[in-house]
Amino acid sequence: MKAVEVRELVKDYGNFRAINGISFEVNEGEIFGLIGPNGAGKTTALRVIATLLQITSGSVTVFGYELPKEAGEVRKIISYLPEEAGAYKNLRGKEYLNFIAKFFGEGEKFQNMVQRGLEIANLGERINDKVDTYSKGMTRRLLVGRALMVNPRLAILDEPTSGLDVVNAQEVRRIINSSVEAGVAVLLSSHNMLEVELLCHRIALINDGIIVASGTVEELKNKYDARNIEEAFVKAIK
Amino acid sequence: MIGNIIKKEFKELFVLSTILPIVVIAVVFGLVGQTIGNVGETMKEKPVIGIVDMDNGDFSDTAMSVLIEKAEVIYDGNDAEEGLEEVREENGVALLVIPENFSQNLYANHPGEIEIYWIMRGAGIMDSISSGAVEGLIQAVNQGISTKLIQEDSSFDPALVLAPTQRVETTFFKGKEIEGLSSSQLGNMLSSQSIAIPIVVMMLIIMAGASVISSMGMEKENKTLETLLTLPVRRSHIVIGKIVGSALVGMIMAAIYMIGFSRYMSSFQISDINLADFGLALGMQDYLLIGISLFVALLAGLSLCIVLGTFAKNYRSAQTLIFPITALAMISMFITMFKDFDTIPAVLRILVFATPFSHPMMAVRALMLDNYSLVIGGIAYTAIFTAIMIAVAVRIFNSDRLLTGSVQKRVALGKLLWGFRR
Repeated sequence: MKAVEVRELVKDYGNFRAINGISFEVNEGEIFGLIGPNGAGKTTALRVIATLLQITSGSVTVFGYELPKEAGEVRKIISYLPEEAGAYKNLRGKEYLNFIAKFFGEGEKFQNMVQRGLEIANLGERINDKVDTYSKGMTRRLLVGRALMVNPRLAILDEPTSGLDVVNAQEVRRIINSSVEAGVAVLLSSHNMLEVELLCHRIALINDGIIVASGTVEELKNKYDARNIEEAFVKAIK
Repeated sequence: MIGNIIKKEFKELFVLSTILPIVVIAVVFGLVGQTIGNVGETMKEKPVIGIVDMDNGDFSDTAMSVLIEKAEVIYDGNDAEEGLEEVREENGVALLVIPENFSQNLYANHPGEIEIYWIMRGAGIMDSISSGAVEGLIQAVNQGISTKLIQEDSSFDPALVLAPTQRVETTFFKGKEIEGLSSSQLGNMLSSQSIAIPIVVMMLIIMAGASVISSMGMEKENKTLETLLTLPVRRSHIVIGKIVGSALVGMIMAAIYMIGFSRYMSSFQISDINLADFGLALGMQDYLLIGISLFVALLAGLSLCIVLGTFAKNYRSAQTLIFPITALAMISMFITMFKDFDTIPAVLRILVFATPFSHPMMAVRALMLDNYSLVIGGIAYTAIFTAIMIAVAVRIFNSDRLLTGSVQKRVALGKLLWGFRR
């Protein structure tokens, strides 16, 4: 079963067409990247799949559940990390993980989830401090922990390393990779081409709401005779 | 340079969401001012009364001449029942009956009795103004009789000269006949509720409303809303959770406020009248109805707030959005404080009934007078209002509006109206 199937997806904001008929699939156990510049439609596509936005036309299914009809079922199996996400500032790190885990399970399942969140966030004693005392990197790690602790079948990560320093970004990438090894499908967006080469099994290059090319990193580099994916992207949109 | 900064600041602050609430509040104060102006006119007018003189003696003649001079007498006869009916029909304030032995008693050095039958129509602060004019009338009658007593014979008891009459009063108010209490005494007692309860309800609505609107603003400002909306929880549960959470916070804040306020109010309590003695006490079911009325009004206010909160872009804009709620709560408070529901014009009555916060403000007084239909009708209306507001809020939570600030033209309006299961 495909983790995600997007067919001819169109999304309008009033008179502005943010996505113009894109189609792609994400397989189970793979990291699929939507790659493009700011304003290309990456976040809109992820928000639609994450059940946050309505579909203007086209179809989206997540593990066979159709949106928007089965949005409730989709929410049970996905985890979404927005680009500019925050955590409740009045809560402590661990309280925040508890709060989220309660939506996904009780008893031992809940305990295991929180434990996994603590391990992923890896904030040491600082996990017991209020979120509003965290640096941006610490908050992002907490949020990555939150997103992956619930054992989603699909993790939707919008610019997962956005604003992080090299060390923290590398750590987040390591966490994502280890989640995929555990069977999670990941759909992520990024405008960081290096990150894409390091992380993604397959990618789709998106520009002005249209997918201009898709395939593995190597396939795209070969197709456009490019040294890296950044060069491939520039050639693809010309 | 400085002009450029002033222009930027002005454009940032002079927006519809800032100006509109102030305009609404100004209109409210204007309406209140107009009402007070009308009261001034009322105070200048002669009180409308009926008179029944069963005595036809020297002193009753004196009293009658004073009354005829200083009041608009719409009934002057010998039948108290007939007089009472006339006063009722002609929107009079009271029927004054001078009994047979009035003058005889005075000549015997005993105060003369005047029976006063008050027709009370409302228990708001401004409803008792006409009865105040009648009180002045009685004083004038006393003065006239005192003068006559001194002129007649200087051997009258000085205490009698100073207080030549005593009153036997009965007040008719919304189907109740309350003996031994004047309309102003009853009005004073009831107006202590007229002041206290609307203020407490207003504070409760504003405090809890501010919590829920701020909560929406903070969800957006702290970037937690998107995560919340992708969790496996129904949108209706998110809406209800926010409303109930804020209601609890609001009630705690209101309870703290109420303790201080009740102590403040008790310092002005000078009357020893116990309303229970006059059949105006509240029973357990009345308190239950007041509690339900307050609770549903709070939920209505909060559900309205959460709809407004969806417009909040951040914590600051959320603070502005509370103003419409403040204005509505203030309108309800002023109207129910100053006027009785039955004595306000029909248009204003519709406005008061349509504002959910008005109902707990009016509930205590209505229940004291056994007006259960107003209270139960108010609860039913407020519950329906709440359900509609929650449904609207859930629809908005299901639409793109929360994240994008607008709804998708082609399909969202239909979905907003008819809904779809997600």
